[in-house]
Amino acid sequence: MVSGSFKSLLVAGFSLSIFLFSNICFANDEQGKKGNEKKGGFDANEVIFGHILDAHEFHFLSYEGSDGKTHHATIPLPIILYSPQKGWSVFMSSAFHHGEEEVNGYKLADGKIITTDPAVKVYDLSLTRNVVQMLLVLTILTILMISIGKKYKRGIGVTQAPTGWQNAIEPVITFIRDEVGKSNLGSKYEKYMPYLLTVFFFILINNIFGLIPGSANVTGNIAVTAVLGVIAFFVIVFSGNSHFWAHIFNPPGVPGFVKPILVLVEFLGIFIKPFALIIRLFANMVAGHIIIICLISLIFIFGNLNPAIGWGASPISVGFTIFIYLIEVLVAFLQAYIFTMLTAVFIGMAIEEPHHHDSHDEGYDDAVII
Amino acid sequence: MDLLNVILLDGTANAGGAIGAGLAAIGAGIGIGQIGKGAVESIARQPEAVNDIRTNMILTAALIEGAALFGIIVGFLAMVLK
Repeated sequence: MVSGSFKSLLVAGFSLSIFLFSNICFANDEQGKKGNEKKGGFDANEVIFGHILDAHEFHFLSYEGSDGKTHHATIPLPIILYSPQKGWSVFMSSAFHHGEEEVNGYKLADGKIITTDPAVKVYDLSLTRNVVQMLLVLTILTILMISIGKKYKRGIGVTQAPTGWQNAIEPVITFIRDEVGKSNLGSKYEKYMPYLLTVFFFILINNIFGLIPGSANVTGNIAVTAVLGVIAFFVIVFSGNSHFWAHIFNPPGVPGFVKPILVLVEFLGIFIKPFALIIRLFANMVAGHIIIICLISLIFIFGNLNPAIGWGASPISVGFTIFIYLIEVLVAFLQAYIFTMLTAVFIGMAIEEPHHHDSHDEGYDDAVII
Repeated sequence: MDLLNVILLDGTANAGGAIGAGLAAIGAGIGIGQIGKGAVESIARQPEAVNDIRTNMILTAALIEGAALFGIIVGFLAMVLK
């Protein structure tokens, strides 16, 4: 019977030799095999990214016609290109015939416009579907809000009861003004209400439109949310008073050795807070769309294995999709509200007046009077 | 050691991304579960404050979801970037 410590030594020795003298064998792993996985079946990647990313047309559906060719039901959008060598080119995206043809030396590859001649550089300024949807939403918002404002000026909704769209919009505006504006910005809320209301309605209406099948994913585009975040950053920074900057670079009530770290953290915080706004809105919108598309794609993925499983998966998949769709409507409102509210909170922190702790507290009596 | 070769495979990036996203989801689940617990207990203590509590609960849940989605986006980037 060997002793305990010798046994452990044996175990250690054997484990070491196994680790040091083992070899990992890889099966014949060709690196070029990656692209051939889903050809001829259902390419989930292509469907998902085709819905999430920007495109030069509004694509509603594709079907296999009786002549065997795929037909697409799309709304083509204008393509506007500028090249320093070739000048301006404006044409409709239907000229590309979904990437099969080449127009004026430009080709459509993977949704991007490239030139066939490597010496020519092209700048793509097209009206893609994100741009068109944004312009549509802005037009609707402007017309709606200006007409409602004019109604208020005429007295409808002030001396008489509100009518029409006023009934829908007034509670929302009042909610933003009271809960988001007044409670975070105090007495100076009126200066920031136009910005906060614009941001809220822009994000809300774009979120709602993005849920319509076939529409563009505007707020799920990092460029759009980045611009919203950058504008919020500038509003926060330019409304900061001296008290705000003093607290950033000289935090009060902090021991001396912690101060350098805290100043760095506070300074980075100025940039990280709008960055969090950007990522939160972008990630929520993109994640929601991807979940909906993936749930529907499950039907086709199962259908590729066996048509019976595909049909069987359909009720479950559609059920889940409806459930997630309703949650996405809630998320649309919620994310718009959260973006606006956090921007208001940050502006409120920037315009905060210093509160003096000393002078007011002496006036209170004791709670227990003996 | 050959162990290092395994780490540099392409599949490891996908696995790392997926595991990271899963962990972020676990974090979100725990966090929002705690919010739910606190909210439901507060409603039980004071049923007339239901509306205020519900508003704050949904708000805090959305903020935590933001943090979890940070993690998911990073996991996705790990899969997509080379």
